[in-house]
Amino acid sequence: MISPLDILTSDLLRYPLIIAVLIGLTAPVVGTYLVQKRLSLLGDGLGHVALTGVAVGWLVGAWTSATPADLLAIPGALAASVIGALLIEYVREVSHTSRDVALAILFYGGIAGGVVIIQLAGGTSQNLMAYLFGSLSTVTAPDALISVVLAVVVLGIGVGLSGLLAAVTADEEFARASGLPVRTVNILIAVMAALTVTLSMRIVGALMVSALMIVPVAAAQHLVVGFTRTMRTAMVIAVLCSLGGLLITVYVDLPPGGVIVLLTIAVYALGLLTRALRPARKHSGVTGPGPSRSGGVPTTARATPHD
Amino acid sequence: MSVQRPPVIEVNGVSVDRGGQRVLHDVDLRIEPGELVALLGANGSGKSTLLRAVVGVLPLASGTARLFGSPVQRGTSHDRLGYVPQETAETGSIPATARETVASGLLGARSWWPSARDPRVMAALEAVGMADLAGRPVTRMSGGQRRRVMIARALVRDPQLLVLDEPFSGVDVPTQELISELFRELSAAGTTILVVLHETGPLAGDIRRAVVLDHGHVVHDGAENERPRLDPGPGHPEDAALLDECLGQEIHPL
Repeated sequence: MISPLDILTSDLLRYPLIIAVLIGLTAPVVGTYLVQKRLSLLGDGLGHVALTGVAVGWLVGAWTSATPADLLAIPGALAASVIGALLIEYVREVSHTSRDVALAILFYGGIAGGVVIIQLAGGTSQNLMAYLFGSLSTVTAPDALISVVLAVVVLGIGVGLSGLLAAVTADEEFARASGLPVRTVNILIAVMAALTVTLSMRIVGALMVSALMIVPVAAAQHLVVGFTRTMRTAMVIAVLCSLGGLLITVYVDLPPGGVIVLLTIAVYALGLLTRALRPARKHSGVTGPGPSRSGGVPTTARATPHD
Repeated sequence: MSVQRPPVIEVNGVSVDRGGQRVLHDVDLRIEPGELVALLGANGSGKSTLLRAVVGVLPLASGTARLFGSPVQRGTSHDRLGYVPQETAETGSIPATARETVASGLLGARSWWPSARDPRVMAALEAVGMADLAGRPVTRMSGGQRRRVMIARALVRDPQLLVLDEPFSGVDVPTQELISELFRELSAAGTTILVVLHETGPLAGDIRRAVVLDHGHVVHDGAENERPRLDPGPGHPEDAALLDECLGQEIHPL
């Protein structure tokens, strides 16, 4: 029987554990903004587009006789998913009706392009599956380094600028009227999603990282109220599920990505149940307005201190 | 020698297209500091379109719009503007609390790090009688409570110009009175207010100047009591344009 101490000191598990924690921290940060923008499937769509990028990377690698054959796979995926993210953002901006259709086309086009091009490159669709489902057990030190850099970038932008990003994603019209850089923020979020999916896909798989973006946020929405609390709770859920899922696979021979996603869905179901069983709270506080209640209203913001 | 202040809003020859159709035609509007102006008109007359063009949310097909003397597209005057969009404006799917929502009003071109604990946030909620519900998600509030939070979000930045789109829509009578009282006090303190209204309602006695739109044209700009009666006629081009946008296809009148 492997003891928890063995797990922590094992060379084989140290990097997967670090990466599981880092992706657990970062994916829900990006996911919170995607859920807020009602673009929950963007990560998944980008994951599929990234597959085409992987295949193109293989093809270019084959032409240039690169070794190993997949040397250019991740750069290809990165380029394809960033282009896909910008394209979606463009479609979203010019048309309010067809963004779900654009996402669907991204999905189908991504996977179809992937299987066709990988064949042309002399590979098989099996090669692509490795990127869709990842492989935590083959993680190397450079992989861990990429995850650390990604985590610093995503947490720096996603948490550091959370007020700005939350305001823009919550109400674009108000944000525009406030003079906020709406287009830049939208592009930033789309590119963050593309970076997160692509740089994590070889390790945990595109499917798992996009699930870790969305499901913990959905679960957190059942447990807490408020934007900031939802984001923080989602990060805790994702880290616990990532670690829990990984540890389960130490003892039982199961694919870690799948176990981790199933655990987050279990937390979501628990959240749903908790909410259903929670006794309805009585409406408290203000129902009628009134100067009397606020202590003689409009002193208003005009009279408040200003910096 | 006193320096002449530029008009708060200066719109010259503004036209706006939506869904491939012109919904606002060659509009001129000039609002001086401290004025309280109502923008009136039937559904689809273009009053909300004009308001959104004024605050820089909609692109202009032609003409110029200036806020405090600088072109609205440049965004340099937005820190002095408090905007309350229509109730139907799209909101995110994660319910922010009233406190978080109001704090987002502190953001501006030069301020990207608002704090929900900033004392101005609670002061603005207090001003609209919503301090008790600061921790409640806005989506779990009644229509009137939500409107008050949106007004607090606009007030928290201490605006010199307050622009509101149908602030009384879906709001009960006591709340209408509260909001009206707030406008009176702000107006008396020198805040310029431009408000889109379906009918003047509780503000009837306070509005001196009314701008009336019909089919995207200004048909009256002057004393409120001399304005023409509003005729909610069918077939406004803006209605068709909005339907086009919603359905993603062209609508032809029968």
